[in-house]
Amino acid sequence: MGNRCAVIGIGQTRHAAKRDDLSIAGLVRDAALRALEDAGLTFKDIDAVVIGKAPDMFEGVMMPELYLADALGAVGKPMLRVHTAGSVGGSTAVVAAHLIQSGIHERVLTVAFEKQSESDAMWALSPKYPFQPPLVAGAGGFFAPIVRSYMRRSNAPLEVGMQVAVKDRLNALKNPNAHLHMADISMDKVKASPMLWDPIRYLETCPSSDGACAMVLASESAAKKAPHKPAWVRGTSVRTEPGMFAGRDQINPQAGRDCAKDLYAQAGITNPRKEIDVAEIYVPFSWFEPMWMENLGFAELDTGWKMVADGATSMTGDLPVNPSGGVLSTNPIGASGMIRFAEAAMQVRGQAGEHQIDGARMAIGHAYGGASQFFAMWCVSSEAG
Amino acid sequence: MRDVAIVSFANHITSHAEGDDVEMLVPVITEALRAANLKKKEIGFTVSGSCDYLGGRPFSFVMALDAVGAWPPIEESHVEMDGAFALYEAWVRLQHGDIDTALIYAFGRSTTGSTRDVLATQLDPYVMAPLWPDSVGLAALQARAMLDAGTCTEREMAQVAARSRRSKKPGPGAHTFAEMQAGDLLGLPYTTAPLRAHDCAPDSDGVAAMVLVAGDRAKKLTSRPAWIRGIDHRIEAHQLGVRDLTKSVSTALAAEKAGALGKSFDVAEIHAPFSHQEILVRKALGLAGDVEINPSGGALVGNPYIVAGLDRIGEAARRIHDGSAKSAVAHATSGPCLQQNLVCVLSEG
Amino acid sequence: MSEPIRKIEAPVRLEFTVEAGRALTRFLSSIVEERIVGRRCPECTKVYVPARSSCPTCGVPMSEDVTVADTGTLTTFCIVNVPFEGQTMKLPYVYGAIVLDGADLPILHLVQGIPANEVRMGLRVKAEWTPPEERPASLEAIRWFTPSGEPDAPFDAYKEHL
Repeated sequence: MGNRCAVIGIGQTRHAAKRDDLSIAGLVRDAALRALEDAGLTFKDIDAVVIGKAPDMFEGVMMPELYLADALGAVGKPMLRVHTAGSVGGSTAVVAAHLIQSGIHERVLTVAFEKQSESDAMWALSPKYPFQPPLVAGAGGFFAPIVRSYMRRSNAPLEVGMQVAVKDRLNALKNPNAHLHMADISMDKVKASPMLWDPIRYLETCPSSDGACAMVLASESAAKKAPHKPAWVRGTSVRTEPGMFAGRDQINPQAGRDCAKDLYAQAGITNPRKEIDVAEIYVPFSWFEPMWMENLGFAELDTGWKMVADGATSMTGDLPVNPSGGVLSTNPIGASGMIRFAEAAMQVRGQAGEHQIDGARMAIGHAYGGASQFFAMWCVSSEAG
Repeated sequence: MRDVAIVSFANHITSHAEGDDVEMLVPVITEALRAANLKKKEIGFTVSGSCDYLGGRPFSFVMALDAVGAWPPIEESHVEMDGAFALYEAWVRLQHGDIDTALIYAFGRSTTGSTRDVLATQLDPYVMAPLWPDSVGLAALQARAMLDAGTCTEREMAQVAARSRRSKKPGPGAHTFAEMQAGDLLGLPYTTAPLRAHDCAPDSDGVAAMVLVAGDRAKKLTSRPAWIRGIDHRIEAHQLGVRDLTKSVSTALAAEKAGALGKSFDVAEIHAPFSHQEILVRKALGLAGDVEINPSGGALVGNPYIVAGLDRIGEAARRIHDGSAKSAVAHATSGPCLQQNLVCVLSEG
Repeated sequence: MSEPIRKIEAPVRLEFTVEAGRALTRFLSSIVEERIVGRRCPECTKVYVPARSSCPTCGVPMSEDVTVADTGTLTTFCIVNVPFEGQTMKLPYVYGAIVLDGADLPILHLVQGIPANEVRMGLRVKAEWTPPEERPASLEAIRWFTPSGEPDAPFDAYKEHL
């Protein structure tokens, strides 16, 4: 794992369906400046910039790191652009952490963004491409069958997905940066929302958001000079498996299990449910919360839904999941993973405001992408370890 | 820093590839692993470079994973950049000390679309891209600036092209060029003045794969590993108007940080898609007159976008592997008019 | 002062000529003749449909062509109720994973000929081919799958294909 790495600055834009007050460059710069302010630094203190986003076709800008170099103060510095599908926000932070852990840099700025109002994600994800199987179901059409398989395998009651949808929207009310603030959210409201991709209802899906997230990562010596308490990176891990292969378990992919196992080993965690205080995980459709509870080792196979049903993942449960409101409340695709990582760090730094989990010392950030095949995770703590 | 070496390299560069990305990649990755005396399962970290816009489809890197067979699950990453930057990510990863081996691959097909137009979508989407200045046009502006500043001549540019064509070793499916002297090339018409056809790299398809190994294990696996003695990359401003296009300050800075300045090298592999850019980069690297430049022929005789930078580093390593060079410097570029540059210093010991 | 400009339209149009690749070409040239061709991996022996050039788990070239049946089992599915651009089906419709007899990996396709609320996991289905004269060289050569009338497959028979 190399040298110690700490999060010393975190910045997010106010996420919304449409931030037409900012250009793409303005959006990423807004997040970066907030992170720098938190770290008590300016662009000139930064050694390198690592940026991530989902496919270039979303905004129609090819390799946008080139255009964004100026806005992110990267001129004269190393700049890398990561792309690992939906997990990209997480894996971008992992690459940035590696630049510190390897001893190459002292302070690295990492940024992830998506400006969905300037893009057409539905189009970019399902272009009429020759030879390909007909994509006749849209984004949720890919994941809905997996949800159905999970429900069948685990015998989970229908309400579980709706409970997650309500919990995350209620949490989002405590997060001023969240895109959705649905004060009147309720089980009845979710139940009454249109069934888009049966068994997935409209209010069980994530919104499309404009937003960016940035973090300043630092070496141990640089972290000691930071004005605010750092979050120490206790482990980072990425894993990939093929998206389609014979006999694949799409509900509980091995890449996710391996990634979590590697992460816990680095952080010295033997009982994740007990030792982890809060988890920010990537849940674009409500049913992925119980599925990931199993995949991350918080629950036995086919029992993740019981954590939801019992309220274990609520703000007052023994493992609060997505106190920020999660992807279900805010989804600038490329940034969604980094927001999970950043929110985990905010919790152990005690800076999460109204959605703070009291006394959180150990937290994980989680992102996944592709056909549930790319995983990126990190574990952060208030203690250097 | 931990010692890391390029222990093997394989590539296939062609004027037009038949077969899909995976069909292009499999034999090249297989060859890189074979030459490294490693099995797929012995690779600790895999990282690739590719670009969706080249093929007009999102997630091109996802399908390409078939070429490595990512099962059981692997530790893997991807940059939407030239493979040279994937190499950089792998080199960083190997510094941690917990793993010793990395596989890097890149694939790019410049013949799927009109790459010079595709590259216009790299520009500032509000004020530049809507005007559709293509990549050749922008390079011509840079060449004009250099000619006007007296930092190169059209004859020097033609000499670069003539030498590249002479150096090229013909491979299967490679571009073919009539061998001409610089004086003859100067008699040909401008295509985008002041550039002539020979000043511009062709559109090519290609793949490249490389294996990195850290520490003593590199010596055990191959007889002549190419040790990475320095690697760094830097980016410049995007707005062309604020840059001095007659200089490559980011190359010079990366060269300084990589420890390339003031050193002598047997070989330099420069990623210059335009002849004047080789002259520019040569100066920024501070190369002495006796360095052999682009013995592979360079990008001017085969330039698959996304691959050509990694290919330069691989070709430089190849010269150390085969014993024909003791030291080399390699360069990769990205973005309009050399906006972003990477420099890698290689040595036999 | 006039309203500030918040947005500009900057249309991008690019054309690409794409190579299908050797393996997929084999599949496409067969499907217009009403044959579904996959490939078997020499290492893990799994049959992939459509034919692909390399085994996604073993990373080795696949060269043995295998013709599979145009009947199969619906392993899982969703009912699409959401309209989106380019959609040609009348809502609601069923879209699901069908593992063809002889194949080891499901393909994603439409299920018709049965009310959406009667579709279930394990349903046995058969391909409905488009007429030869209007058949495209793609999976759309199969218009959709319809119930074959056979008894449902037991869960254990397809649980590896979810």
